[in-house]
Amino acid sequence: MKRSPLPFWIGIVVAAALGIAATRVVDNQYYYFAAYVVLQYIVLSTGWNILGGYTGYVNFGVAGFFAIGAYSSVVLIKWLHAPMPVLILVGGLVAGLVGLGTGYLTLRLKGVFFSIATLALAIVLQTFVTNWDYVGGSRGVYTIRPRTVMFFGNYVEFLFIVMFGLALGAVAIAFLIERSWIGRGMAAIRDDELAAEAMGVPTLRLKLFATTLSGALMGIAGAPYPYYVTYLDPSSGFNLSYAVNSVAMPLIGGTTSWVGPVIGAVLLGTVQQVATVTISSAVNLLIVGLLLVFFVVAAPDGIVGLITKLVRKRA
Amino acid sequence: MLDLFLNAVVAGILLGGFYAAVTVGITIVFGMLDIVNIAHPAFIMLGSFIAYYVNQTYGVDPIVIGVVATPLFFVLGMAMYRIYYTSFERRGQEAIRGLAFFFGVLFIGEVSLILVFGVDYRSVDASYIGTNVNIGPVGLPMRLFVPFVVSLVMLGLVELFLGRTFFGRAIKAVSQDRLALQLMGASPARIKEIAFGLSIATASIAGSMLIIIGPVEPSIGRDYIGRVFAICVLGGMTSIPGTLIAALIIGIAESFTATFYGPSWSPAIAFGLLLLVLAVRPAGLLGR
Repeated sequence: MKRSPLPFWIGIVVAAALGIAATRVVDNQYYYFAAYVVLQYIVLSTGWNILGGYTGYVNFGVAGFFAIGAYSSVVLIKWLHAPMPVLILVGGLVAGLVGLGTGYLTLRLKGVFFSIATLALAIVLQTFVTNWDYVGGSRGVYTIRPRTVMFFGNYVEFLFIVMFGLALGAVAIAFLIERSWIGRGMAAIRDDELAAEAMGVPTLRLKLFATTLSGALMGIAGAPYPYYVTYLDPSSGFNLSYAVNSVAMPLIGGTTSWVGPVIGAVLLGTVQQVATVTISSAVNLLIVGLLLVFFVVAAPDGIVGLITKLVRKRA
Repeated sequence: MLDLFLNAVVAGILLGGFYAAVTVGITIVFGMLDIVNIAHPAFIMLGSFIAYYVNQTYGVDPIVIGVVATPLFFVLGMAMYRIYYTSFERRGQEAIRGLAFFFGVLFIGEVSLILVFGVDYRSVDASYIGTNVNIGPVGLPMRLFVPFVVSLVMLGLVELFLGRTFFGRAIKAVSQDRLALQLMGASPARIKEIAFGLSIATASIAGSMLIIIGPVEPSIGRDYIGRVFAICVLGGMTSIPGTLIAALIIGIAESFTATFYGPSWSPAIAFGLLLLVLAVRPAGLLGR
């Protein structure tokens, strides 16, 4: 039973319209800053979920891929004053290639080696960037925002809309994959790789596709980041909280469909935005860690799983 | 130049001995039992901070604290395995959720230590820290030499335990053929529980060594994740002597990098080697 995709696309269009309308109404800059972070997490956790949730391979190097996007933007801004679309394109391309490379090196082995390699990758990249003077090294680097942008009152609003568009794009990609043969092939790999291979699913090619796309989305999420923070150093670019959040959000929301990461990101992202202001940021990361452990132990299918169970009981 | 070279070799060997102590827990749990406990460094940090607290309050030698705390860590490890077994292994979900579980535990451990002790670097006091024994042109820093010796003793004991005792042999049996063991009437879960306890117990001693070698803050545990897995894979997964050899190689490689290119490059060495090993020879140096 294949439901019509029409409601989904209508939803995307409505969301886009609401986002643009919001910039005409909301004046307080803080909301754009906060919303940007939540939207960034939608892109990151959707990207993570394409590999982790659909295909069943865990990437712990999210911070590394994110930083690839951020630092390739730094290079492009310093070198060419490249405009936003170029930053996003190149950030995604470089991160996607790194994802492909890591996958190619490790995916023929057992799945855990991929996970360990991604952890290692983030640290290698961080060491590399720390020692690279052109992008500021360990001291960090300042990026100056363009003074004016067309159509938008100020740059923060523009960044908000950019990230909004990227989030919608990421969700749309996840939706399309889920409903195509690619998504079904990935699910087969997740459930039983040997059986999938035997049935003629091109497992290695699908896995490589997933690592590439997943890495690219994370790089895309990082590309506008230098303009968002205006000051970027390795410890903020490679912050482990990206990795923890991007793993926690899909697992808490639910990994089998595009809705899960979105629910997880909106919920956890918003809670953290409030908690960072009201409590300390260390406590709020502790909460994420505890929630992650609680959900994987007690509610393995996430919030989406809990809801479907509830609905089925009613029916 | 030769002096520099010799000193780098000696420092690398001493450092490598310590790395072996950090890795042996992973060799048992990941190499032999196939449980991807990426939270192992969190337990090592816990060991460091217990050593720090007791040492600063009562002035006890850190190594003694590490050894005395092993029963506590053993029980902690068994409890961890219980949770892991009932929540993931029995349900056949260890692949994604089990990994995420350990990742969460790693993170909870780190943030909890930050909340209790803050992000400042902490160190311990002992008479041998800061002293050097000079043999010709080579300086032997005691803060590296003491952990090195303790590590060799610990590895020897673990190797004896695995080779000579009933439970040790049972652990090896689980790693070699789970089904056969079950048919013999032994429970793999029970034996794995003991192995996990043993693994976490080694983290207690390794943690006390870590804080002797240098000042420690909660987040440096992360630097050890790639390192320990690199050593474990390079050493052929299941072998304790292999672990020691691989640890010495990585120790020397890092020491050379730190001496000749600067210490900021050395974290990348282990990880770079890991990627290389995974790509070229995943069976490890001593693997078949």
